[in-house]
Amino acid sequence: MSREAGGGFAQTLAIARRDLLREQRVGEVAWITIPFGAIAVLLVPLAVGTDLPTLTRIGPGLYWAVVLLFGVFIAVRKTAAETPAQRDLISLLGLDPVAGFFGRAAASSILLLGFELVVGAVAVALYNIDLARWPWMILVVPGAAIGLALLGTLAASITANLSTGPALVPFLVAPLAVPLLLAATQAMDSLRPGDSILPWVLLMVAADLALAIAGVLTARPLQETR
Amino acid sequence: MELRDVSARIGVTTIVRGVDFAVEANEAVGLFGANGAGKTTLLRLIATLLPPAAGTGKVLGSDLVGPGRYRVRARIGLIGHVPSLYPELTLRENLEFVATVVGSPAGSVDAALASVGLAGAATRRARDCSYGMQRRAEFARELMRRPALLLLDEPHTALDDSAVAIVEHIVSATCAAGGGAVLVSHDRGRVEALTSRTVELVGGSIR
Repeated sequence: MSREAGGGFAQTLAIARRDLLREQRVGEVAWITIPFGAIAVLLVPLAVGTDLPTLTRIGPGLYWAVVLLFGVFIAVRKTAAETPAQRDLISLLGLDPVAGFFGRAAASSILLLGFELVVGAVAVALYNIDLARWPWMILVVPGAAIGLALLGTLAASITANLSTGPALVPFLVAPLAVPLLLAATQAMDSLRPGDSILPWVLLMVAADLALAIAGVLTARPLQETR
Repeated sequence: MELRDVSARIGVTTIVRGVDFAVEANEAVGLFGANGAGKTTLLRLIATLLPPAAGTGKVLGSDLVGPGRYRVRARIGLIGHVPSLYPELTLRENLEFVATVVGSPAGSVDAALASVGLAGAATRRARDCSYGMQRRAEFARELMRRPALLLLDEPHTALDDSAVAIVEHIVSATCAAGGGAVLVSHDRGRVEALTSRTVELVGGSIR
């Protein structure tokens, strides 16, 4: 009668697949968050003027600020939330909380990456951002998506059982996202020939690792306090 | 499972007070009580989802508050009165998710759905199913998981006569395999026919 739970990697994939299927059916990120993110990027020239050198200079910072703000919405999207009955079920399935954390973060990472790419294309076209050394972005864009997803998942887990719920998530995410935002903005800014991008990429990797370790260490206690 | 002088609180309110309760192997026990008597809280306590405020207990050989409870949970099946299905997913996807997490064979999903009469509704999203169908799907899930301890909260609610037979089947199958079951219900007639004994919860205490 006893049954061993599935392996940790299989459980991680199952959670990620569940979250992505739920999102695919509802389309909260695809039809609401991404279009509004693109609109936010489009609106900036209306506020600061259409002077292209100015837009090119502030473009990377604005882009990553939009990614951070809308990344919070992606982390606390309705399709990532669980009812108390669903949380009970997850506990009784013998799901490894660490697998659950990484599965949820993986789904959010994929959605955030999609957001970054679509909104990034708008920002590059609109702000004339210099991408002379664009191959570095293959590290920077997913690195930022993973970091924000880990942070958002952690913050959503912490606030899941609070009466204030997701409303507190931005307060947790904003200060802790500073290293990620700094690394991503500076890395994009350093794409010009002659600037060194490596320290910023390393800062991002360090931030991602720290968030992953925090998620591993807190996964079980956070599941038990839900 | 056995509870000794166990109390449980939700927030600052004590819901369950000094309860002694045991379920032996091969035994199904009915649990009755008025609304607010603490039946659901007691089920969550037995499922190790709620730590006791006082008292001791063992579930499937593991202490209620020890780290062993994490392993034991995978052998406990709980069907509450609020469905735990993901409404955006189909019934099959809901069960496939569970099968992957618990390590059940992939083929067990369709067999479980067929056993509760939902083979034809496997591709229907849970949100598009009636409450009774969602309950059936939850029974299918537990038939697939085959828990050693089955906890059912109002199992007969919203079920038609054919589905009531599913409740009888899953309870008898669990007990015949050496497990135990606790059924919380207001439907005394049906539960008394399924269980070997019943207990009454009054104001959080067993009478």
